[in-house]
Amino acid sequence: MKRWLAAVVFGLTLTGVAHAAIDTYEFANDAERERFRELTKELRCPKCQNQDIADSNAPIATDLRREIFRMLGEGKDNQQILDFMVARYGDFVLYKPALTSKTAVLWFGPLALLVGGMVVIGVIVGRRRRTEQTEGSDTLSVEERKRLDTLLDKTKDD
Amino acid sequence: MRRWLMLVPLAAFLGMAWFLYKGLYLDPTELPSAMIDKPFPAFSLPAVEGDKVLTEADLKGKPALVNVWATWCISCRVEHPMLTKLAEQGVVIYGVNYKDVNADAKKWLKEFHNPYLLDINDADGSLGLNLGVYGAPETFLIDSQGIIRHKFVGVIDETVWREQLAGKYQALVDEAKP
Repeated sequence: MKRWLAAVVFGLTLTGVAHAAIDTYEFANDAERERFRELTKELRCPKCQNQDIADSNAPIATDLRREIFRMLGEGKDNQQILDFMVARYGDFVLYKPALTSKTAVLWFGPLALLVGGMVVIGVIVGRRRRTEQTEGSDTLSVEERKRLDTLLDKTKDD
Repeated sequence: MRRWLMLVPLAAFLGMAWFLYKGLYLDPTELPSAMIDKPFPAFSLPAVEGDKVLTEADLKGKPALVNVWATWCISCRVEHPMLTKLAEQGVVIYGVNYKDVNADAKKWLKEFHNPYLLDINDADGSLGLNLGVYGAPETFLIDSQGIIRHKFVGVIDETVWREQLAGKYQALVDEAKP
């Protein structure tokens, strides 16, 4: 029992160590820590694509984290830090790209497709309704009724 | 009536197929540089060899390749003979020794060959960061005014040089002539 307890305690201390290895920066306050977390989640690692820089172990991500920490210490606001990154690595580094003429397709493309699809469906439905009304397909003419009756009678006889 | 409407799905399909086909040959790891047409970032760093301090002013005057390299970068070793060859042909090449141990870099240049007219020792990667470097080797093409005109990520080999870079370099050389 004592041994087992020792193992658990040892395990717990290990988790503490693992955490400290990730979080090596000393922040002035919690707000700054929160902003660091936000920014590193929002920026994409240029090397190991599809990972944010908070998540990545690539040397470049480490450098960028250090740079963000430095700029936070200098009192730069989030926008200034994001601008700094975009100036060097382009719009690519932002998971939430700014709305510019280049990224407009990303922002409005899906909406345009949705609206386009709705227009197409609207046209098709509208046209079908119109043809149904003009042809009056749900009522049979006298001739059609006669023909239907003879056909039905025929099948009955068989 | 409105026969052409039948062609819309076909046209949409062909458009889509064309984009997807193009996509097969795109390299997603190749990012467009945000630094194109911007001046080479300011720096003041020691040279790899000697005590001289280099600044961005030292890179002006001639169109050149600025090659970001390191001894830990395996592709740089692959690229090295090509750079040496280009240097022998008279192409101006500057080096940025990116996040490297200075002694290793010196040894490398002695053992192989030094194709760099100037070699900047960017030990902590600050210049690399300002250049938007995300992995060596990367090569920038700068004009005689020190403006970045093109960036190539990856190993420069015979084919890359011939098909992508030689023409651009020559254009800058021609441009620099009065």
